[in-house]
Amino acid sequence: MNFKHKYFFLFPGLFVLIGILIFPIIFVVRLSLSGWNSYNPGLDYIGLENYIRLFTDDPRFWESFFRLSFLSVTTVILQYVIGFALAHMVWKDIKFKRFFRVLFLVPMMTTPVIMTVIWRTFFHESLGPVNDLLSVFGVAPKWLTDPVIAKFTVIIVEVWQWTPFMFLLLLAGLLSLPKEPFLAAAIDGASPIRKFIYVTFPLMAPISIGAIIIRLIEASKIMDTVYVLTSGGPGTSTETSSFYIFIKGLREFQMGYAASMSFTYLIIMIISLTIIAKVLTKVLLKE
Amino acid sequence: MNKLYIFLKYFFIVVWTVFVVAPFLWALTTSFKDFQSVNGGVTYIPWVDFEPNLEGWKVLIKSPAKGGVDIIEPYFNSLFVTCTASLISIILGTLSAYALSRYTFKAGFVKNNDITFFFISQRIMPPIVLSIPFFLFLSSINLLDSLTGLIVVYIVLLMPIAVWIMVDFFNKVPREIDETALIDGCNPYQAFLKVVLPNSIPGLIVAGMFCIIFGWIDFFFAFILTFTEVQLLPVKIVALNSSVTPWWSLSASALVSVAPLIIVAFIVERYLSKGNLSGAIK
Repeated sequence: MNFKHKYFFLFPGLFVLIGILIFPIIFVVRLSLSGWNSYNPGLDYIGLENYIRLFTDDPRFWESFFRLSFLSVTTVILQYVIGFALAHMVWKDIKFKRFFRVLFLVPMMTTPVIMTVIWRTFFHESLGPVNDLLSVFGVAPKWLTDPVIAKFTVIIVEVWQWTPFMFLLLLAGLLSLPKEPFLAAAIDGASPIRKFIYVTFPLMAPISIGAIIIRLIEASKIMDTVYVLTSGGPGTSTETSSFYIFIKGLREFQMGYAASMSFTYLIIMIISLTIIAKVLTKVLLKE
Repeated sequence: MNKLYIFLKYFFIVVWTVFVVAPFLWALTTSFKDFQSVNGGVTYIPWVDFEPNLEGWKVLIKSPAKGGVDIIEPYFNSLFVTCTASLISIILGTLSAYALSRYTFKAGFVKNNDITFFFISQRIMPPIVLSIPFFLFLSSINLLDSLTGLIVVYIVLLMPIAVWIMVDFFNKVPREIDETALIDGCNPYQAFLKVVLPNSIPGLIVAGMFCIIFGWIDFFFAFILTFTEVQLLPVKIVALNSSVTPWWSLSASALVSVAPLIIVAFIVERYLSKGNLSGAIK
């Protein structure tokens, strides 16, 4: 089945995608070499000045990047552990299996920013139910205005929103596992814990890697939630890279500088995700 | 030992269920409150803690001139953009996925897997990287603040998902189907349209669901690329949040906005149980 018409199948999609993407990417690179800002909107050429500024004179960008790494790695680990636990629980027959499966999927179907609007009222420091219930214990955490606690508020909301996606991928994986290894384990009389460690988990390793990588990719874009929940605040304590680039580029209109940041950010993302994928593959598959 | 395990299992399920349901319940009760029951201390149970009223819901159908919250137009805008972009992505993505699944491509060192990876890897692209050039491009061709501009951008977001799901799906559809059709005298296009596609409906539905989910929930591009002429639902709700809108109508409009996709959860679960999602992430 090797004829010319194979190109008619492939090319429309490929070319549309390349067509939409190629110019923006070239343009970002070119823009990053210019001093485009609101006083001077134009593609002049200032060499690597933006990059020099970024690498030598902008601690805020790197802080926001480490904050993003912390937030995304923490949320993805939590999502993986909880998602795996949930998937494992509703994998075999329990009462109301389908009800729980649907229920656990629901948060993923809701628009993050809209739910965050609700979370904001939920965590409101004087009018929200969380602090009202916690007042029984005499504590009233400042969910949105304390620099440390605000990070955890973001994590809670992200875990609520995206654990379902992890759950979905892992449950789909569990449902596709072959039956024979489990039969063998049952014949050997393995306990549930041993069965999990020696049979389920190793079989799930490739799917786990896939799911973690997919979630890390999506988590590295955290921005909507932060924008609505805390606007990066208090101060810059919940600001992520995307949000900082957004402020520089589309609020202060330092387009050239923002372009150099976003290009650097993209390169770092590609490199770190590749490394993480390699490391995970080694750790989970060689064990 | 076994008893403890079962107890812990149900305990965990109950805790997580409460966590999942809590914000919805809170929004639902808040939407029936009035000024006194929101600002005069936290209230939970209607009729016991506070007297429910329908004010929060009534503003949704009032016209903006009379103090209503105008979410009907953003609703249809969101629906239109999501559906159009999903449809285009599914059509183009399915064609490409079919080619990648059935034929061999080779151009230098680029092979099938590399092309597939190219499609899927577009998800890695942080939206902010694209938003700045898109902002400047669309403004230079006067498509900023328009539905067309948004649809173009959403195709980039959604096509990778369509290709990702459909390549795996076509890999599971036996090749013999196409071959039989070709022997029976179909040309490759007829074979694809009349034989392969009808056998791929579950895959198409799953891919469509995911495109609709990720299109419907996007906020970032809509937020950056539109202002006043065209407003999508998430942008509208967030704008309500930062203006003086009271909590009850905010909650009501938020609930109305997230409601439609909850149906999608049922459909996804159905296909999940049938095993149609299993190949997608290997």
